[in-house]
Amino acid sequence: MSVKDRDPLTGHQTTGHEWNGITELNTRVPRVVWFFILVTHLWALAVWVLLPAWPLVTTSTKGILGLDQREEVAKKVVAANSDRAVWGERIKSLSADEILGDPELFARISDTGPQLFGDNCAGCHGAQATGGPGFPNLIDGAWLWGGDTDTVMETLRVGINAPHPDTRWAQMPAFGRDGLLPRNDIRMVVDYVQSLSGVKSPADTIAAGAEIFATNCTSCHGNDGTGNPDAGAPDLSDGFWIYGGDDEAMFRTIWGGRQGWMPAWEDRLTETERKIITVYLQHVRQDTVK
Amino acid sequence: MMSNLTGAERTSAMLISGMGVVIGLTMAIVGRNDVMGAQGWIVLAFSAVVFFMVANALYHPEPTEDRTTSYYDDPTKVGIVLALVWAVVAMGIGVWVAAQLAWPGLRFDAAWSSFGRIRPVHTSGVIFGFGGNALIATSYHIMQRTSRARMPDQVTPWFVLLGFNLFCIIAASGYLMGVTQSKEYAEPEWYADIWLVVVWVAYFVLYIRTLARRNEPHIYVANWYYLAFILVVAVLHIVNNLAIPASLAGAKSYSAFSGVQDAMTQWWYGHNAVAFFLTSGFLGMLYYFLPKRADRPIYSYRLSILSFWGITFFYIWAGSHHLHYTALPHWVQTLGMTFSVMLLIPSWASAGNALMTLNGAWHKVRDDATLRFMMVAAVFYGLSTFEGSFMAIRPVNALSHYTDWTIGHVHAGAMGWVALITFGSIYALTPVLWHRERMYSAKAVEWHFWLALAGTVIYVFAMWNSGITQGLMWRTYTQSGTLRFSFTDTLIAMHPYYVARALGGLLFVTGACIGFWNVIMTIRHVSKQNRELDHPTSPKATEPVLPVAE
Repeated sequence: MSVKDRDPLTGHQTTGHEWNGITELNTRVPRVVWFFILVTHLWALAVWVLLPAWPLVTTSTKGILGLDQREEVAKKVVAANSDRAVWGERIKSLSADEILGDPELFARISDTGPQLFGDNCAGCHGAQATGGPGFPNLIDGAWLWGGDTDTVMETLRVGINAPHPDTRWAQMPAFGRDGLLPRNDIRMVVDYVQSLSGVKSPADTIAAGAEIFATNCTSCHGNDGTGNPDAGAPDLSDGFWIYGGDDEAMFRTIWGGRQGWMPAWEDRLTETERKIITVYLQHVRQDTVK
Repeated sequence: MMSNLTGAERTSAMLISGMGVVIGLTMAIVGRNDVMGAQGWIVLAFSAVVFFMVANALYHPEPTEDRTTSYYDDPTKVGIVLALVWAVVAMGIGVWVAAQLAWPGLRFDAAWSSFGRIRPVHTSGVIFGFGGNALIATSYHIMQRTSRARMPDQVTPWFVLLGFNLFCIIAASGYLMGVTQSKEYAEPEWYADIWLVVVWVAYFVLYIRTLARRNEPHIYVANWYYLAFILVVAVLHIVNNLAIPASLAGAKSYSAFSGVQDAMTQWWYGHNAVAFFLTSGFLGMLYYFLPKRADRPIYSYRLSILSFWGITFFYIWAGSHHLHYTALPHWVQTLGMTFSVMLLIPSWASAGNALMTLNGAWHKVRDDATLRFMMVAAVFYGLSTFEGSFMAIRPVNALSHYTDWTIGHVHAGAMGWVALITFGSIYALTPVLWHRERMYSAKAVEWHFWLALAGTVIYVFAMWNSGITQGLMWRTYTQSGTLRFSFTDTLIAMHPYYVARALGGLLFVTGACIGFWNVIMTIRHVSKQNRELDHPTSPKATEPVLPVAE
């Protein structure tokens, strides 16, 4: 096409160029395009005047609204914290029963407990707090370190076998791996321990197991196997098992020992948040027991 | 194919691939105590295959063809096929990644198959493997046709194409072994980055030399876009990847930037990778294949100028919108937000220019799935640039940031715009390139079109729903002033959308497989058609109109 050619369809002139069969019309830019360019640019200009926008040598333009995202967020955090402090302080100071008995505070617990538990605890203990292999069930009433409010609060604060200086510490020795007990003895102890929660085995193995138990296990688990919450030694007679109560699981436990681990939450959750979780758990437990 | 190279060209090709063998062997020996050693063996194997393929043809007779009377299309052909191979593989991995999010067990407990490793294989494979090969191949075609000049030599285009693919292979295999510098879309480590610089400079020089030989007085718009793509990607790649290797015998390196400067450099790169790799280059494709296929003049040259300079100028500023509400100073965020909004009109001007070009050819859009691919691509381009500018506004971003909405936005662009324009261009280009009458199956093109469109729509809607749900759940407070939902609650809410997303991706990759099959069948089974006018020297080097609606 030569210059001045017109496109028969639109009547617009071409630019007169042609590349491999492609031509271009010289249509002028539609007004609507200029209009919206103007609108977006005016908007940008307005934003630059209102907000921090252009860099200067060591600072930037501040904008006539005087807004700064950091100051804004700091203000909001202070306001939100003081709103929550009103009821948060009360939760911190009252006992679990008092909180659960107070309809206003109970509403706060059911508002916040599930999310705190869901974001911080459910990863190990499960969404329903029922635990799983290796992770304790929190609503079955069997507690390693004791289940009253203060004890649970303390466990949350310092963790178990955690890096916290005051952490709760417990370790069950690896009786088999470290050569403290031969395999056969372990099998007999397993039978004896199972008998504590009513599992039947031949009387002679139970008797032999009881003897081995008395020399090796009672210092932590107690003469009757009911455990010792001060040492984090579980009750072996209640039928609740963290690592499983069948022959194989128990053999493994005694053979290789156990040392569970729970993080210390002191630096990650406030005291009020830890209290909410504790009371929430107590409430879930009561709910489940009912 | 090798027989089209002269003896001298074969020798230099062997020299270059021989050097590749030496470099690969060096990497393998020096890095033997590190994953870099394994990467060295890959370089060695790749170079050795090229070396022997050339060596095999070393004593074939010299080509007799008069080079001034034809364009050099061999690398374009290989590039198109490679693009399709990468498409099928990388989109397939994308479906796997998507399925892992819905059903985490699909990781099968191996280290290499974990989400963090195969996700970059998907993104790099699609962006660089599929997109990059398609861009290189179509740019070879377009630069020669619109300049009415053959490429200046025959070794450089092969070096660029194969060198780029070597980069992609090093990148993808590295991710599976855990090699990454943890910068999104810039994951490959220092040795791969250096190699890409070499390849990319060669690409730039090749393009400029071809344009310098042109027999047309003016440079066509498509070339502006391709050049912007090559030049800016070089700048972005070099700056963002500045790093000091921890050891020359290992893959690990440390970025030259730290803290918020690192984040800003990364997203200046990341956003402009979208702008200049995924937008500029593909607009070049659109500007050639759409008017050609529709057989209509470009609607407005002036609009082309406006949108080209608007896009190149404004995009460069917009990267900071990826860092709203972070440690980045407020003023940088304001600038990023305002420039993103000012970018909208030039972007829409491009999409509008493309759609207005179709005036007088809408009946072809109805009948011809190839042209419909391009039309829908332009529509998705318009939609996703609008969405992008919208999401860059800080209060909107407060909702969308870190949610699946971003993923949906990216895929509206990557599937709806980038992939559709590429498939449309491949269907238009394949018969021309192999001198075939038409595509093997017009029906398969239709199927591909509808599968791709359905896949994109399902994908994007699923992610919009998931992202907005997620964003709203994250910011919902209880009366007590605490967060209403735990993270797991949001995951449960997102699960159905994740399943839908995997389905959308599956439809899309099915379409890509059909496309690959169709191209191969076209090459193998459709009868030849001579195109006498497709050569550089004729003053009226006009190709016959592309095959109309198949």
